[in-house]
Amino acid sequence: MNSSAHPLIKPVEQGVGPLSAMVAVFARDVRVAFRQRQDLLNPLLFFVMVVTLFPLGVSPEIGFLKQSGAGILWVAALLSVLLSLDHLFRHDFDDGTLEQLVLQPQPLFLLILAKTLAHWMLTGLPLVVLTPVLGVMVHLDGNSVAILCLTLLIGTPVLSLIGSIGAALTLGLRSAGVLLSLLIIPLYIPVLIFGTGTVAAAAEGAPVAGYLALMGAFLVLALTLAPFASAAALRISMSNS
Amino acid sequence: MWQWFHKLGSPKWFFGIATRFMPWLLAGGLLLLAAGLVWGLAFAPKDYLQGNSYRIIFIHVPSAFLAQSIYISMAVAAVVTLVWRMKLADVFVKAIAPVGLIFTFLSLFTGAVWGKPTWGTWWVWDARLTSMLILLFLYGGVIALDRAINDEKSAARAVAVLVLVGVVNIPIIKYSVDWWNTLHQPATFKLTEKPSMPMEMWVPLLLSVLGLYLLFGWLACIRMKTEILIREQRTRWVKDMVLAGRK
Amino acid sequence: MAFDSFSAFIAMEGHGPYVWVCYAVFAVLLAGLMIWSVKRNQSALEDCQRRHDTESRASAKATGKAAASFTRVEIPQD
Repeated sequence: MNSSAHPLIKPVEQGVGPLSAMVAVFARDVRVAFRQRQDLLNPLLFFVMVVTLFPLGVSPEIGFLKQSGAGILWVAALLSVLLSLDHLFRHDFDDGTLEQLVLQPQPLFLLILAKTLAHWMLTGLPLVVLTPVLGVMVHLDGNSVAILCLTLLIGTPVLSLIGSIGAALTLGLRSAGVLLSLLIIPLYIPVLIFGTGTVAAAAEGAPVAGYLALMGAFLVLALTLAPFASAAALRISMSNS
Repeated sequence: MWQWFHKLGSPKWFFGIATRFMPWLLAGGLLLLAAGLVWGLAFAPKDYLQGNSYRIIFIHVPSAFLAQSIYISMAVAAVVTLVWRMKLADVFVKAIAPVGLIFTFLSLFTGAVWGKPTWGTWWVWDARLTSMLILLFLYGGVIALDRAINDEKSAARAVAVLVLVGVVNIPIIKYSVDWWNTLHQPATFKLTEKPSMPMEMWVPLLLSVLGLYLLFGWLACIRMKTEILIREQRTRWVKDMVLAGRK
Repeated sequence: MAFDSFSAFIAMEGHGPYVWVCYAVFAVLLAGLMIWSVKRNQSALEDCQRRHDTESRASAKATGKAAASFTRVEIPQD
């Protein structure tokens, strides 16, 4: 590993505030990700492929796709976020950056929050951007696509945040990928239910503001609790290795 | 108060107490469960709505109660693990997670079989069945994580974090599954909406619930003892006890 | 007794198979869990005994040989 591929976090000077440390971690993660572009593309390709499987495997009928399109897209997005979670800490763990992160004077949960937000920006956000194209391919109407994008926009950060707990817990274990899915999928169920439920309600012409507010509540809850849990889990995993 | 708390955390002390209580738990549990089940199977009147298939309730409800209370007790133990690093709490979580998994499975299985004569299908995506299925997944995750980490201390603490994350999620999962169920199934037959249970059904049910709780206490004791033996086999008190037991 | 005869008790007016399958699975799993736990406890106890037996034999041998040169001091480990 040469240092150009993995720019280290700048040495901490006296009095670096938590916020600037967060910005530094965020910027570093984004920079590292753009140097390994394939890792960015893989979850997106996976997303598109999983969506393609449903018309092929179940039915290309317009009625079926219209009815279950939102669910298909949500499940595919959920799976591709799950697939990308393994990268959240693994590279940093392997090259020792994570250990330095844990030793920083700034609160660890803030640094992890920054890392998770970077992860969302690099995987969740592209999924949302890609959704309209796939939404048209599964014959969703314009209104449904818009609501779907909105739910994914609120929902994918929740997926990343909850997932960061699982990624931290399974760090450094053999068969971490499968284990991560086992731990995290049950916790994703509420987000999935409300994500698809909102689109279904919109398709029936019901008001969706309440549902979106509930998803927002999930997001706030995940934002406030998940970083603490991941920080605790990360410390446990680091002391383990 | 604190002295008592620390004493409770000592594996040696627990070992003694558990050994003393276990015969009572086992005898009481088997007796109550047998009484409840025989009463329920043979003597309780049949339900005028569901006929005799309702007799599954005498094992379904106790299993479901235990499945839920075991997870909650694991969450309490997880807090103790993370805050006070008490050895016994780790041992408790590790020892009873498989028991919780089996009772969750039992409540699902009996629910499904009960569903066949009542709803006409083995499986309904009913809110309660679905929540129980998710609880089964949570138990599976806890056990898998515990097995995957070799170091005992980190395994216990990682599992504690997972259990706590799960317990925060359980009400959310429950709520969202209820909501989802009303969205998809406007009018299912509800098992609960019966006129309140007559006394002749309620008493055997209470007996079998109590019996199963006592048996769970016995199971927890013996499994914790095993776990303590494995972990503390190098300590003096285990050595003394083992050598004393030999003579 | 809620049933007239033993065969009526077994049949449960057609619901017999469902009820009895449930009770059988419940009994098997509960008994299996209990027996498994007892067996595991016994094997853990035996492991402990074996370990301490060999250890005490080994230490007896060691003290027997070395008794002439120094006295062994037991330091409690716990």
